[in-house]
Amino acid sequence: MNSKQKRKLKEMASLAVIRLATLLIALAMTAILGFIVVNGIGTISWSFLTEAPRNAMTEGGIFPAILGTIYLMIGSILIAFPLGVASAIYLHEYARPGRLVRAIRLGINNLAGVPSVVFGLFGLAFFVVFLKFGSSILSGSLTLGFLILPIIIGASEEALRAVPRTYREASYALGGTQWQTIYRVVLPSALPGILTGSILGIGRAAGETAPIMFTAAAYFTTRLPRSIFDEVMALPYHIYVLATAGTHIEETRPIQYGTALVLIALSVGVNFIAILIRTGLRRKHSA
Amino acid sequence: MHAARKRRITEWIIRNTFLVLSMISILILGLIALFLFQEGLPLFRSVSLREFLLGRFWYPTYAPPEFGIFPLIMASVTVTLISSLIAVPLGIFSAIYVAELASVRIKEIVKPVIELLAAIPSVVIGFFGMTVMAPLMQEILDIPTGLNVLNASLMLALMAIPTISSISEDALHSVRRELREASYALGANRWETISRVVFPSALSGISTAVILGMSRAIGETMVVLMVCGGAAIVPDSLFDSCRPLPASIAAEMAEAPFRGMHYHALFATGIVLFFITLGFNIVADHLANKYKQVGTATL
Repeated sequence: MNSKQKRKLKEMASLAVIRLATLLIALAMTAILGFIVVNGIGTISWSFLTEAPRNAMTEGGIFPAILGTIYLMIGSILIAFPLGVASAIYLHEYARPGRLVRAIRLGINNLAGVPSVVFGLFGLAFFVVFLKFGSSILSGSLTLGFLILPIIIGASEEALRAVPRTYREASYALGGTQWQTIYRVVLPSALPGILTGSILGIGRAAGETAPIMFTAAAYFTTRLPRSIFDEVMALPYHIYVLATAGTHIEETRPIQYGTALVLIALSVGVNFIAILIRTGLRRKHSA
Repeated sequence: MHAARKRRITEWIIRNTFLVLSMISILILGLIALFLFQEGLPLFRSVSLREFLLGRFWYPTYAPPEFGIFPLIMASVTVTLISSLIAVPLGIFSAIYVAELASVRIKEIVKPVIELLAAIPSVVIGFFGMTVMAPLMQEILDIPTGLNVLNASLMLALMAIPTISSISEDALHSVRRELREASYALGANRWETISRVVFPSALSGISTAVILGMSRAIGETMVVLMVCGGAAIVPDSLFDSCRPLPASIAAEMAEAPFRGMHYHALFATGIVLFFITLGFNIVADHLANKYKQVGTATL
């Protein structure tokens, strides 16, 4: 009897610790988000979103930084999407297990593990200096595009995996070639999943700071970018600069909170949308 | 016959185009290594590898400058280890909760919450560390600065938890149901089943998760840049200021004269960081593959 009680007690205690740990994580996440929202919401106004900074960035809005971040999001996905989807198609539809595939996968996994600041160094040495793109939207987009490539590949592969084999077999039975099968049958059915993954990738690109520090981000620009060879302001870098450098750290706190809120709305917001889409898709699948 | 041949050729071209495109990851990885070396190696014309890795002083702007990254390496190792002490149990516990305990409805809430944590930009977590944790710590613990090893480790743990949690959860999921059922049939309760059957079966996947989480922490830049304090000393207390490798690169690159010694030294620091994370990832990959095809569930 006694040992049975002891076992029961141990079970209850252990499961309680597990639940508590999960609760703690949820609380931490809520605390951070809540803190940014509560402090940032007061700053958000139409003029904050649409005007340029004034008075050595102590007043005014953050429009150039929002625009810059959106440019970088678009630029990076333009690079990562085709390459990522193509990689996933090869790996999942064409490749047979073997050394080459092992090597490609090892490459992707290791690329996913490269620290963001190392991407920044690479972008500086390769795009900015060697290819002479300078510190620009182009350099930043390429750097961020390569950074999110593994995310796009992973998500696309998962989406391709979810397409039932019977679809492919039906297409072959009708005389479709492999490419016709992929293009007309597999891809359309995998598309929602691929897009969800790409949204996650865009969200990641929006929030990264270190890779754009030396490749695209400007401390302050007086004019909006006119071509892909111009530097841009960007939300994450704007937060970093205002919070750590300069002589007005305390005075610009409201701007910092507001910028952080806009950034979170962009990056967490797109993630949230992606998760909602995915949950909806899963329900549809299981139904 | 002619049409069939044409079709075969088209198929061949398409297939090989995809093959070439899929090599892009390897190509990028190679380019990263190449350009880090090109910009980093010139440092070793004037500083020996030993001085660089084991030198105790990082004074890149002094005359004469000193380029010893030992304090930076120790700072990275310290914050990574301490953050792992926090993130590993929390990450694994939350994975167990999601995979083994939670009902489907709760799972649909908890999983996105953990994923959203991963989506918070690192600069925002660093900002939170600076503006909330640092003053809090300073006041409660009565220490000179809240920007220290402990604060940075806490914030890094937040960034590593989602990685550890989601990969561990995958590993737990792939444990065969028969194993759990057999355990219950023998009279084991839920905790006994989790701790003695499910967890050991998923151990290789969980190890992968832990290694990738640590790799994430050691390479994370913004948090350590904003929250560590920045002193290039070997930290010997939780409340010391420190300067991990990524922080040093990010903070100094803007001021380092182009292709001067300092610039090359920062790229050399990047090489060190690149190989540390490459090592972590190769170990993780090895672990993940070694035990991959054991149970029916993982086939």
